[in-house]
Amino acid sequence: MTDTAWMNAALTAARPQAIGALVRYFRDLDTAEEAFQDACLRALKSWPQNGPPRDPTAWLILVGRNAALDSVRRRNRHAPLPPDGAISDLDDVEAPLVERLDETQFRDDVLRLLFVCCHPELPVTQQIALALRIVSGLSVQQIARAFLVSETAMEQRITRAKARIAKARVAFEAPGAVERAERFTAVAAMIYLVFNEGFSAGDGSARAQFCGEAIRLARLLLRLFQTEPEIMGLTALMLLQHARAAARFDTDGEIVLLDDQDRSLWDGKLIAEGLALVDKAMRHHAPGPYQIQAAIAALHARAVRPEETDWAQIDALYAGLEQLQPSPVVTLNRAVAVGRVRGPAAALDMIEPLGSRLSGYFHFFGVRGAFLQQLGRDEEARIAFGQAIALAHTAAEAAHIRRHLDRLTQESAAVSG
Amino acid sequence: MQYAILCYNEEDVVWSMTKEEDEAMMTRLDVVQERLIKSGKLGPSLRLLPTTSATTLRKSSGEPLVIDGPFAETKEQLLGFFVVEVANLDEALDIARELGAAKTGSTYEVRPIALYNPDKRSVAGT
Repeated sequence: MTDTAWMNAALTAARPQAIGALVRYFRDLDTAEEAFQDACLRALKSWPQNGPPRDPTAWLILVGRNAALDSVRRRNRHAPLPPDGAISDLDDVEAPLVERLDETQFRDDVLRLLFVCCHPELPVTQQIALALRIVSGLSVQQIARAFLVSETAMEQRITRAKARIAKARVAFEAPGAVERAERFTAVAAMIYLVFNEGFSAGDGSARAQFCGEAIRLARLLLRLFQTEPEIMGLTALMLLQHARAAARFDTDGEIVLLDDQDRSLWDGKLIAEGLALVDKAMRHHAPGPYQIQAAIAALHARAVRPEETDWAQIDALYAGLEQLQPSPVVTLNRAVAVGRVRGPAAALDMIEPLGSRLSGYFHFFGVRGAFLQQLGRDEEARIAFGQAIALAHTAAEAAHIRRHLDRLTQESAAVSG
Repeated sequence: MQYAILCYNEEDVVWSMTKEEDEAMMTRLDVVQERLIKSGKLGPSLRLLPTTSATTLRKSSGEPLVIDGPFAETKEQLLGFFVVEVANLDEALDIARELGAAKTGSTYEVRPIALYNPDKRSVAGT
């Protein structure tokens, strides 16, 4: 049975590996993309008639490679074109090809393709756009819509990114252990960026699909590299965060804080997968930033009611993260846990020194305002909330803080009245 | 005769389906399952999480080795199974066909069950 849903999913699933291999052959992104596109068109014609091939990915690579070689020949006006029917020989050609495809090389193909998209010279937005276009296969129109720019602008952005990569010359040989580890770090960061782009936008936005896409890429990477604890951590982190998607915004699109979320709306399946991965990663005794963040998310996920949250353990985990990856944002997050364990005064003490470094950070002022409010320092709280609103990235963020402000105003009105 | 109908599929493909496609498939499957339950032929069934969440315990000369990932690196993975109570293999294959019509590109291994331990936990204990 070759139904449309299966065919589409098979083409999507094959894409990273197929394009990864085609990039290795042709050492050029555009050629690889065109070759894959060509192979997909042929698949849509051939599969419903001849039945799906035993190995769709190998089929697409082979057909894509032949198609690209054809067009090179055509351009060079060399040798006569092979007849279209030659594709029907695939059944014979496929078997030895599959055997020849070295599993390790395949893995590195996907890793390289992802790595190409997160070249350090590329600005973050270009990395995300490129990964979504090339690896995930989202259309330029879809990506443009999600980023609220015109299709032409996005097309240009992607073309420019590709040109930069072409100049950068990524190594095509199988990477050594150190190089592979570096690629993991860069790729994990890029996948998490894609995720966060969707996560911060919220469920109703066109960007929300990025979360699912990032999870799909992480699962793919983890399937290829089964024993990497940080990839387990990254996948778990995203699964556990994404599990809360349905509860994070109310019907008006406003942010619902963790404590106020209807936990019955959390996705149990995603949580189960996330928790299983956290457990698996812990067995390696090689903690890393993603694993720690996943462990924190797991503590939230395990709390059936907000009161059951193990804040002391969260505080300890953030302390570990601070050591591994010192950053004012991590300290800010830790302060939230400290606020729960030791009270708002201790938490405020902890974040005051961060002011100069986080002076442009929305969450700093939101969190600071909340601590001040809890301490009854309403006037200072009001100022902090005002600063937060000025720095908000989304309407939902601003609206959320505005509700805090309204509450403050109502309370002071009630006191004075 | 009890059979296990084991579902194999490429999980990359299954997990690449859109949410809508996946939900549509599960709805179609529910209809078939409902009918089979009413006919008294379908017992428990379950769907597994992806093999990336699997851990394998493999016998070795000393302590068993704990390995990340599924038992075998194959193109198609075990994604779940149904337990059915039928008169013979033909009937089990008919059910597999019905399930297959509702699902998307799966392969089924139909295998007789030798020993079946039902869930003996008391409800209060779960």
